[in-house]
Amino acid sequence: MEQFLQQIINGISLGSIYALVALGYTMVYGIIKLINFAHCDIYMIGAYVGYFCMTFLGIGFVPSLLAAMAVCTVLGVTIEKIAYKPLRNATRIAVLITAIGVSLFLEYGTMFFVKAQVRSYPPLTGLLAETLRLGNISVPMLQVLILAITVILMLLLQFIVNKTKIGKAMRAVSMDQDAAELMGINVDTTISFTFALGSALAGAAGILVGIYYNSINPLMGVLPGLKSFVAAVFGGIGIIPGAMIGGYIIGIVEVLISGYINSMYRDAFVFAILILILILKPAGLLGKNTREKV
Amino acid sequence: MLEIKDLSVYFGVINALKGISLTVNEGEIVTLIGANGAGKTTTLRTISGLEKPTSGTILLEGKDITATSAKDRVKMGISHVPEGRRVFPSMSVLENLELGAYLRRDKKEIAKDLQMVYEHFPILHTRRKQAAGTLSGGEQQMLAIGRALMSRPRILLLDEPSMGLAPLLVQEIFNIIGNINNNGTTVLLVEQNASMALRIAHRAYVMETGSIVLSGTGADLMQSEDIKKAYLGG
Repeated sequence: MEQFLQQIINGISLGSIYALVALGYTMVYGIIKLINFAHCDIYMIGAYVGYFCMTFLGIGFVPSLLAAMAVCTVLGVTIEKIAYKPLRNATRIAVLITAIGVSLFLEYGTMFFVKAQVRSYPPLTGLLAETLRLGNISVPMLQVLILAITVILMLLLQFIVNKTKIGKAMRAVSMDQDAAELMGINVDTTISFTFALGSALAGAAGILVGIYYNSINPLMGVLPGLKSFVAAVFGGIGIIPGAMIGGYIIGIVEVLISGYINSMYRDAFVFAILILILILKPAGLLGKNTREKV
Repeated sequence: MLEIKDLSVYFGVINALKGISLTVNEGEIVTLIGANGAGKTTTLRTISGLEKPTSGTILLEGKDITATSAKDRVKMGISHVPEGRRVFPSMSVLENLELGAYLRRDKKEIAKDLQMVYEHFPILHTRRKQAAGTLSGGEQQMLAIGRALMSRPRILLLDEPSMGLAPLLVQEIFNIIGNINNNGTTVLLVEQNASMALRIAHRAYVMETGSIVLSGTGADLMQSEDIKKAYLGG
């Protein structure tokens, strides 16, 4: 039982990271129906920005987190402007292939600048290095921090999407672009804003995974990116709460498989879940089956 | 108030509008009738800025708005109720109405206009917390019109408001359009239900395959033999 609870706690930490990344996939898909393959590399860049801030600039965790989020926001918006916006009226497959191109560009561009070697985050100090003991379960403060930051960011996101004017515009554009334009909503600005939000969350996830696993490399985004995408599909792509739930479920499943079966199989299980959900409920956990309108 | 000159629109190689010209004067209801595919919807979409014309000009109160963005046209007082209502299905009725006032900041006046919309359409007040996608077709049409009124338009573009509605509801919708016009809003109405449209309209244009083939007062066109044969079933 204790081991099980311990695993669940680990799963929640990992799931937080998947959920943060999955939100970006799902929001961008919701608004322009694009699976943004470059999203996982924005997460990688976030990890590197955090690394450089903490190692070379020596600034603390919170300023580094904010820096990573800010750099990723700018990067995400720039990618959208340069790579995707000119293709607004192109076929979906053209944009998808562009996204794969942007992804490779970011991965190998980063490798050119920082080399392919694995780098380690500086060790945490002070309170963050402590471990909380709850009976026989130990919870590193680090995991508490990851969960706390994730929850704060998600609440903030929910507030922006549901209560603010730009959030309403986002939802309107994702439901019906023409009708949104007729309300006087600037569709381009709204799409940029969506990329900004998603990229900021990916940047946060990047630095969190850096302090959690302690090692980063330019291709670190690929597999977590795919799994986060699975999480988004699992929850129902385009649905924000779906990505949160999907992220946590995928994270917990992965940790339980590693703990109880064999860590070699964890990726296989995650993708088996994808296949199952696509067969059983293609619209995802929270998705409604909708016909594609012509 | 609204003047269109030689407007042409192409979709790829298809010439959807072949140089049409029309005028809508302040305070009028003008209707645009014609068969499916005549270019009525394209005309409205070009006026509201959703389609870009290849040539021709659109003037709003003498000002050339041909290159103006859809957003700025809303600001200048053009409001478009699109074909098929296009309400935001998973938002509440109230949220839909609030989006209609997206560009406005005058909170007090917005609240007033919300009351005005509820007076035109009491059912929207009853259903204000319900998701728009769960409304009936007629209620969605009312919501779409109410949403368009929330921008406080000078000219309202209505695309097929009677589509798919029961005859009694069609009558109700047309009465409301009349009321809105009496309150001072100019209306450009696209309809397939020609007899209803001609009855309410001050003037009318008839479109066929991308061109305007006939125009006149509503009453005149109702008497016209060609119109009777082609559109009024007799």
